[in-house]
Amino acid sequence: MRVWKYGDDINTDMLFPGKYTYTCSTAEEVKPHLLEDLDPEFAGKVQAGDIVMAGENFGCGSSREQPVLGLKAVGIAAVVAGSFARIFYRAAINQGLVLIEAPDAVAAYGDGDEVTLDVEAGTISVGGKEFTFPPLPPEILAIRDAGGLLNYARGKLEARG
Amino acid sequence: MGMTFAQKVLARAAGLDSVVPGQIVAVKPDHLLTHDNTAAIIGKIGDDLGKHGVVRKDLSVIVLDHVAPAANEKTATGHAQVREFVAKHEIDNFYDVGVGVCHQVVVEKGHALPGKVLVGSDSHTCSYGAVNAFSTGVDRTEAAALMLVGETWFKVPPTIKITLTGELKPPVSAKDLILTIIGDISAGGATYQAVEFHGNVAPLSIEDRFTIANMGIEMGAKIAVFPFDEVTEAYLTSVGVDRSAYEPVWADSDAQYVRELTYDMGAIEPVVALPHKVDNVKPVGEVEGIEINQALLGTCTNGRLSDLRAAAKILDGKSVDSSVRLLVLPASREVLEEALADGTIKTLVAAGGVLLPTGCGPCLGAHQGVLAPGERCLSTANRNFKGRMGCKEAEIYLASPETVAASALKGKVTDPRKVA
Repeated sequence: MRVWKYGDDINTDMLFPGKYTYTCSTAEEVKPHLLEDLDPEFAGKVQAGDIVMAGENFGCGSSREQPVLGLKAVGIAAVVAGSFARIFYRAAINQGLVLIEAPDAVAAYGDGDEVTLDVEAGTISVGGKEFTFPPLPPEILAIRDAGGLLNYARGKLEARG
Repeated sequence: MGMTFAQKVLARAAGLDSVVPGQIVAVKPDHLLTHDNTAAIIGKIGDDLGKHGVVRKDLSVIVLDHVAPAANEKTATGHAQVREFVAKHEIDNFYDVGVGVCHQVVVEKGHALPGKVLVGSDSHTCSYGAVNAFSTGVDRTEAAALMLVGETWFKVPPTIKITLTGELKPPVSAKDLILTIIGDISAGGATYQAVEFHGNVAPLSIEDRFTIANMGIEMGAKIAVFPFDEVTEAYLTSVGVDRSAYEPVWADSDAQYVRELTYDMGAIEPVVALPHKVDNVKPVGEVEGIEINQALLGTCTNGRLSDLRAAAKILDGKSVDSSVRLLVLPASREVLEEALADGTIKTLVAAGGVLLPTGCGPCLGAHQGVLAPGERCLSTANRNFKGRMGCKEAEIYLASPETVAASALKGKVTDPRKVA
């Protein structure tokens, strides 16, 4: 498990360049370009179970779903940040990508620290120190538990008949 | 206790007497904007659409603008898929290539109205706060779900109150005001929050308000909204919307705010946002003399008639510096027609401007003015992120139409007060 650590205001162009937005839509098309202008190493070396950690306002900028699809597809266990931009936050809920808002945990992280997560319990451990984060509200958990927003919407359609 | 604009709109839309910040409510938006990304959106729900169809034919407003006209086979195929979907599902509101930038079209065609709730699969959907609408961006998957079920959730946001006093002193413009505010609040300073503009808003035209609301997302805001007033009503009447078609909403006088700020518009000066963050804002005097290769006049932030005219006034009878490519990108066909009729386009083209098709143009780096490594663009757009205009080794500076025109003239960043 590797922690990929970045700074504040990581925007959607850094996560997935705008020039590809109308030529790459699926997760497989997105993967090679993930974080291309931020960290050229990332796409080639990221592995399932890795964690992305960043400062404030992660995912700011465009309504760009591709970075969420891509991070989910490469198996990122969670993005841990001080805060998230709201469209990115919603997109992550809708895809089932785990986002953890834990500014204290981000501040405590030092290079090489081991990071472990217990999403259900709402705890994150950084270099042996444990931090908590608030659980998602029930309305949001319902979307996650349905397997993402589209399945949730399909459930509603079926219920309506 | 009084409620903010966001509380009142969301309470009304959710059928509740009152709501509080943090509360989650289910809302059926009045409209859903999607653009070229409609192709990817409907691609997620092909089988569902076949089985259930769209929830409402009047929900979607679809505008092809992001890579328009298409740049290659892939984008052309996307456009073709959107046209096929529109025809098959008899979508009421479709605007093909050339009508304009989606946000301008939504307002100009009367789809964004006071007190209404609109969402869009584009972050600058917040623009419609200019006409007292509650409007905000969502992702593609949410747009897909909305097409099927017509309902989504909102967390009621806390609100920042910004009170404006005084008046802008031309050539200082609304762009300088909003860049100054973003520089103060920071790129993430209004995340998850609503922003209300109060005070002396009457001197601000709908075009000014559009520029300001458009950039709300650049400080993280969910919405950025102006009150309904005579300026709003006159504008809506001018685009053919009857006063009976909407019910404006505004905050109660005893509403609670998380933060209150006041700006004297008379004290605002021309500013520039430096690479690669929109909140990296400096007075133009601190960056004067930086050489530019490209000047972009237009986009959904500053591509309206008053913007083009402000630039034309500065460029009238002159030529842009030989080192600069001036790109002119009107926000819509209606803007273009008016700017053709009054001679504005003639002035801009005579000064050396290259007229681009109405749409998003080079703003998102897909075509029509992509930058080369080492190049620098001064733009009236809303984002200067690294790589935004197609090249990560290029630099984007943001400013008003006045500053962009003055700088194009000199070949370097220039205070418009020195040439106006």
